[in-house]
Amino acid sequence: MTIGNIAAKVPMAGRLFDIERVRADFPTLQQQVHGRPLVYLDNAATAQKPRPVIEAIDHYYQWDNANIHRAVHQLSERATQAYEAARDKVQRFINAAQREEVVFVRGTTEAINLVAQSFGRNRLQAGDEILLSHMEHHSNIVPWQLLCEQTGAVLKVVPINDAGELRLDEYEKLLSPRTRLVAMVHASNALGTINPAREIIKLAHAQGVPVLLDGAQAVPHMPVDVQELDCDFYAFSAHKMVGPTGIGVLYGKGQWLEAMPPYQGGGDMILSVSFDKTLYNDPPYKFEAGTPHIAGAIGLGAAVDYLEALGMENVALYEQELSAYATEVLAQIPGLRFIGTAQEKVGVLSFTLEGVHPHDVGTILDHEGIAIRTGHHCAQPVMDRFGVPATARASFALYNTKAEVDALAAGIKRVGELLG
Amino acid sequence: MNELRDLYQEVILDHRKKPRNFRPMENADFQADGHNPLCGDRVTIFLKVHDGVIEDVSFQGEGCAISMASASLMTEVLKGKTSQEAEELFGRFHDLVTDNGTQGGEGVSLGKLEVLAGVREFPMRVKCATLAWHTLHAALEHKNQAVTTE
Repeated sequence: MTIGNIAAKVPMAGRLFDIERVRADFPTLQQQVHGRPLVYLDNAATAQKPRPVIEAIDHYYQWDNANIHRAVHQLSERATQAYEAARDKVQRFINAAQREEVVFVRGTTEAINLVAQSFGRNRLQAGDEILLSHMEHHSNIVPWQLLCEQTGAVLKVVPINDAGELRLDEYEKLLSPRTRLVAMVHASNALGTINPAREIIKLAHAQGVPVLLDGAQAVPHMPVDVQELDCDFYAFSAHKMVGPTGIGVLYGKGQWLEAMPPYQGGGDMILSVSFDKTLYNDPPYKFEAGTPHIAGAIGLGAAVDYLEALGMENVALYEQELSAYATEVLAQIPGLRFIGTAQEKVGVLSFTLEGVHPHDVGTILDHEGIAIRTGHHCAQPVMDRFGVPATARASFALYNTKAEVDALAAGIKRVGELLG
Repeated sequence: MNELRDLYQEVILDHRKKPRNFRPMENADFQADGHNPLCGDRVTIFLKVHDGVIEDVSFQGEGCAISMASASLMTEVLKGKTSQEAEELFGRFHDLVTDNGTQGGEGVSLGKLEVLAGVREFPMRVKCATLAWHTLHAALEHKNQAVTTE
């Protein structure tokens, strides 16, 4: 769907949910920083957690703490049920065809590494090509470079235009009989760009090439339907979607997960072990070695519940309106240059201020109680593409408000007064 | 706001706008590159050393107000110092910006470097203030590879 267009038709998207009630759910938002109410705009790095998520984790440790899948006692049964219920919730949330296609991992980075090693290592050989884009996060570059070192495969990079949009024409040209995999970001953390995922996947599939999407910055901000996308793999992290850190998801089509060898050995990935032969468990357990982050998975399940109660369509519309407002307000500040002006964007505003280093911007805003990110956002190739060492980045979540955008704009003006 | 004013003092803002000794040096005896990969600050330090005394020092680079002012101020205080005095200054400067509470004591005077004392209220910015010094250290140690503050 074209979120931007829908947002334009709903000028009062703020009514989609009661923003003050939502804000009240987030304990961290109720504090002051340097004597000012906290304005948290570093959501692309990690989002704050609502009370139901914190309570779900608390409940697990207070009442149900036990290892899963093995013991016959009551606590283990409860823990197992809660852990597997979280898998069902995630399956529903991203509309995976089967619950077995949802693998719990530590986060997006581990999910991508898992695919690189388990899917790629046996399948790729010298001269094969992996297609990435110029807007990838380091975590969707380095695992493929490691794979290339191991197999002799090579990376091909699809260029982006000055707005920070993928050059689809170049992508088509780069797709070749040598392409074995396309690994691309769904929404860029440094630019906000939402990639035309369906188009990317259709073109790749037409050549028989599987596609992995890095969904870390997409899942928290818009409805994601892996069957509709028809992606082969989809990676995301709980902590960016109001869930806990240290837990994330690799979605993989059943056929691939069945065919892939285990990524790590030990624990639930095993059916039986003798010194002669070990029988591996079926997916998803084949990929969940060792005691998993049980509390994290349960917290992720609670985050899914929380987001579904609001409705991801509503979240998308709300954030789009907020982001459109912020773009308008910030564009009026002299010397401010946006990095990333794609037509389709999530609520990420990356910018530079003429003559001021982003770190100075970050420090001064922090003193106004405003938390933004400054630096290269683990996307150095993007910075190189736009000829900047770093940017300041304000990124929105469902609990941010227009008043906070106004505070940000006022803060940026203070930067000019102090350092201009 | 007072802490911010302490951090971004007039002297610092002045050095940021007009960095001193901001030039490459031909025939430098020592030079080293410093880099803070997380913020993108880069600095190159050039040294001319004769009989253990720093005869000339210059720098080039780009970065935030703190890193650039710190590099500029550093070049101003280093001329005429011995390598050993420079290392000693680095130690005392590090204490100054990390609030180890030794400023003012005996030894080499920090002099104008004291304007960077405000950094101690901003622990995240200590790396910015010390990047040039770490790079100087590498140059004095004859290490030609790049240093980083990560």
